[in-house]
Amino acid sequence: MSRPDVVVTGLGATTPLGGDVASTWDAMLAGRSGVSALTQEWAAQLPVRIAAELAVDPSEVLDRVKLRRLDRSEAIAIIAARQAWADAGLDEAGPDPERLAVSVGSGIGGATTLLAQDDILEASGPRRVSPHTIPMLMPNGPAAWVGLELGAKAGVHTVASACATGAEAIALGLDIIRAGRADVVVAGGTEAVIHPLPIAGFSSMRAMSTRNDEPERASRPWDSGRDGFVLGEGAGVVILERADHAAARGARVYARLAGAGITSDAYDIVQPHAEGEGAIRAIARAVADADVARTDIVHVNAHATSTPVGDMLEIGALRQAVGDHPVLTATKSMTGHLLGAAGALESIATILAIRDGVIPPTINLDDPDEGLTLDVAAHKARHMEIPAALNNAFGFGGHNVALVFTRP
Amino acid sequence: MTRDEITAGLAEILEEVAGVNPDDVAEGKSFTDDLDVDSLSMVEVVVAAEEKFGVKIPDNEVQNLKTVGDAVSYIEAQS
Repeated sequence: MSRPDVVVTGLGATTPLGGDVASTWDAMLAGRSGVSALTQEWAAQLPVRIAAELAVDPSEVLDRVKLRRLDRSEAIAIIAARQAWADAGLDEAGPDPERLAVSVGSGIGGATTLLAQDDILEASGPRRVSPHTIPMLMPNGPAAWVGLELGAKAGVHTVASACATGAEAIALGLDIIRAGRADVVVAGGTEAVIHPLPIAGFSSMRAMSTRNDEPERASRPWDSGRDGFVLGEGAGVVILERADHAAARGARVYARLAGAGITSDAYDIVQPHAEGEGAIRAIARAVADADVARTDIVHVNAHATSTPVGDMLEIGALRQAVGDHPVLTATKSMTGHLLGAAGALESIATILAIRDGVIPPTINLDDPDEGLTLDVAAHKARHMEIPAALNNAFGFGGHNVALVFTRP
Repeated sequence: MTRDEITAGLAEILEEVAGVNPDDVAEGKSFTDDLDVDSLSMVEVVVAAEEKFGVKIPDNEVQNLKTVGDAVSYIEAQS
């Protein structure tokens, strides 16, 4: 039996740039930053006092009682998944529940629930700890809630590969459909950990930008003045569907998910491999899996988080695995780094770039690093035909994921 | 505290915890069958009621509190 084609038929997101895909995409094309100063009282003591918070709070979308039982990462996963579901036209006639799977992960999980309930434990004792604590903080919570909301009975899966999570969850969705275990997979990532502890932890690693006085200019991938990533929150979800299943119901197709590559470095728990060896293999595998010519991949939505080392390693990896021709962008310059949701949101940007023939800009690239030898859509969106494009996502732990999307 | 006052206090808790319309809360109503309070939410209701009414409701008592009236009687006897 030949391998089934897999297409993307629905998109959903809630991000620092907008409460849905359309507003997020418009803001990206306009080069708007979603980063701002943290005004919470707890922020004052931190070395990092900026972040990219959600443009639309979940309380504006979900009712109060439901929100009491959800970690923020679960709430926004549900919001993004419902949008994607409706966008794919599945509201009226959903697929056979036993042929519907979920693959949604998060990098850190229900950390804010854990911390809030620990505060209650310390202050008021164990009897006051919420009975919803465990389902709110369990790592599979977002996937399980999405499965519950949409009635998915073919398996609910949770990928956890730090900042590669969202992309790896989509890659797993591809595998599930190719393996014949489902016709439709709701796939993506979610993250909501804007809280002093994760910020302090990343700060102690010296991984975050401390450009506190210029929030909108803090996330600056490939710029010589970059000094770390900016933490963002949000969720991105795509509907993956077997192509003939989509065709049979007359679904609108955004793009094909043509291939995926997953590798691990086995090198260091947080440092990427010094020559980007694992990244090169992931990209090469994705291109081979997609069965497209390297020259067709004219655009890359890079992982590029605005850290001194990682940004340049990716450039070297792309030159080796794809070549010198693709036009790059780093949408994290606008959204900040959504950790476990990054790969999903950036896949959505990649898919829309293919559909609309336009690459969203990399803002703040004022003084490019001298090692930046590839073309970047700096400052302004760039219009061009995009037959195929690549999205990269790398994570602490040595995870490397590359996805290739093509025009349908 | 009168039974009506206890019922009103429980209605406040039920609205906060489980989104139950206070107008639906009456002594004859079953927590699970009529008011749709699931088991985890019932735990929250019990803890909130202990705090509000200054009583102790042991876990082995909770299973006997099927209706709002059962809870009102229990709280009335304890307080």
